[in-house]
Amino acid sequence: MNTEVQQTRAGWLFLLPALALIGVFFVVPVIAGLVLSFTDFDLYAIGDPANARFVGFDNYQAVLANPLFWKALTNTLYFVVVGGPLSVLVSLAAALLVHSKRAKWPGFFRTVYFTPVVTTLVAVAIVWRYLDHPKYGLVNALLNRIGLPSVDWLGDPHWSMPAIVILAVWKNFGYNMLIFIAGLANIPDEQYEAAQLDGAGWWGRFRHVTLPWLGPTFVFVAVITMLGNFQIFAEPYVMTQGGPLQSTTTVVLMMYEEGFRWWRMGLAASIAFILFLIMLAGTWIQMRLTRERPA
Amino acid sequence: MSGKRPPILLHVLLVLGGLLTLAPLFWMVSASLMPPGEATTFPPRILPRVVTLEHYAALFTRLDIARAFTNSAIVAVGATLVSLLVNGMAGYAFAKLRFAGRDKVFQGLLAALVIPAQVGMLPLFLLLKSMGLVNTLLGVMIPGFASVFGIFLVRQYALSIPDDLLDAARLDGAGEMRIFRTIVLPVLSPILVTLAAFTFLSMWNDFMWPLIVLSDDRKYTLPVALAGLVGEHVQDTELVMAGAVVTVLPALLVFLALQRAYVRGVMAGGVKG
Repeated sequence: MNTEVQQTRAGWLFLLPALALIGVFFVVPVIAGLVLSFTDFDLYAIGDPANARFVGFDNYQAVLANPLFWKALTNTLYFVVVGGPLSVLVSLAAALLVHSKRAKWPGFFRTVYFTPVVTTLVAVAIVWRYLDHPKYGLVNALLNRIGLPSVDWLGDPHWSMPAIVILAVWKNFGYNMLIFIAGLANIPDEQYEAAQLDGAGWWGRFRHVTLPWLGPTFVFVAVITMLGNFQIFAEPYVMTQGGPLQSTTTVVLMMYEEGFRWWRMGLAASIAFILFLIMLAGTWIQMRLTRERPA
Repeated sequence: MSGKRPPILLHVLLVLGGLLTLAPLFWMVSASLMPPGEATTFPPRILPRVVTLEHYAALFTRLDIARAFTNSAIVAVGATLVSLLVNGMAGYAFAKLRFAGRDKVFQGLLAALVIPAQVGMLPLFLLLKSMGLVNTLLGVMIPGFASVFGIFLVRQYALSIPDDLLDAARLDGAGEMRIFRTIVLPVLSPILVTLAAFTFLSMWNDFMWPLIVLSDDRKYTLPVALAGLVGEHVQDTELVMAGAVVTVLPALLVFLALQRAYVRGVMAGGVKG
């Protein structure tokens, strides 16, 4: 039949714009990025690419020998290890509240909790910068109200990371909440009824029904949250510029500064690839960890 | 009233959570309406003593935020339109057109999802520079034109189109382009609304890429202009908050208008994993 030929032709024709765009503006740059990371491409090379030379693994060595990189990596891992689980817990709690059968207006609360997700990150990071003001900020006013002392959120290197984690959790928890709600909706009522007949209380039902059934949802949520946290950039850029004392510099922020502020693009490309490898390793570990557990 | 009373603790928690969630946005609006200096008084004020629109007036006259607003709108709407066409066609082809190599290419695209955007950013900048697209709105839009997520979204939805419907049209002698236009597009419209909401919001809210591409402040999109504003006017809390409202409000309105479609997209991404 000639419809087969027609469909083949139409198929590739329909794919052409998408494949061309993704190929030229994503696949080629990624491969070029790998090449770039082995060169000393800098400001002079931007003027004339002939000025760039291959330098082998020099950039990778320079990055790994730079204390700022380890500081940035530690900060980034803080987001992954502290911010990630915190965000997932808040999302799960919100999902359980909204999805509760006895909750009134679940649609309304779902929308309210989801609102921060669609706001512009730069704008709300600026809002939080003022909310975190040591003297005039509402966060400290609230703390004082419940009898706690004021904190210099963005000026004290011990509190700058928690301040950004709080912003990130507030901004993002609604997204994972929706995914958890979808997961909760898939749990058959009979499961809860059976557990109730066995005399399980609220906690027992949560442990033996809700958590196991949410297993696959947890894997997905954990992985996307982790990948997002590895790429944190705008929050520290706007709130702290990576300070104070580089306490909030992240790997992507460092890559941006090296590449687009100092135009050391070869070096910046090696930072990007190191981050990519770490993210792959993180995903692999996360998959392993969650697979071991009986679902 | 019949039935059980709604449990009190549950609703206290729900309302408390809602208040905490909305408080930063509420204060943003409230502070933007305060006279200069009122947002930096001790103890902090929650509501303005007198409401003033002077900061909005200053933004739209003296600071010309309308230009950044227009730039953002051009970028978000332009990228959305192209993305609907490009991802719509590709998603449909992956779901419904039968040809050799189709599934291999699709799997290749899905595999590319593990690569973070930052990895290609530096060469992409150099590429756009060589094409003369640095410091243009087109350069900001380009990464939004085609997306693996968008293709995936459309494909999953298009899988439910019955083959009989398409084959019947083929027997009637309709070409593939015509089938796509007259039969497929109307069926796909709900998921295209979802894709439109996603693309618009991600382009409107994006910061890092426009920050990299744009160097001339007349080309700035709202988030980049806002970051500049806070740099120059950090003391003028009320003015900066007005800028934040102007930036956030369109995103919120688009979300509220297309909420159902947007939520469907989040769920679709989550269900499949």
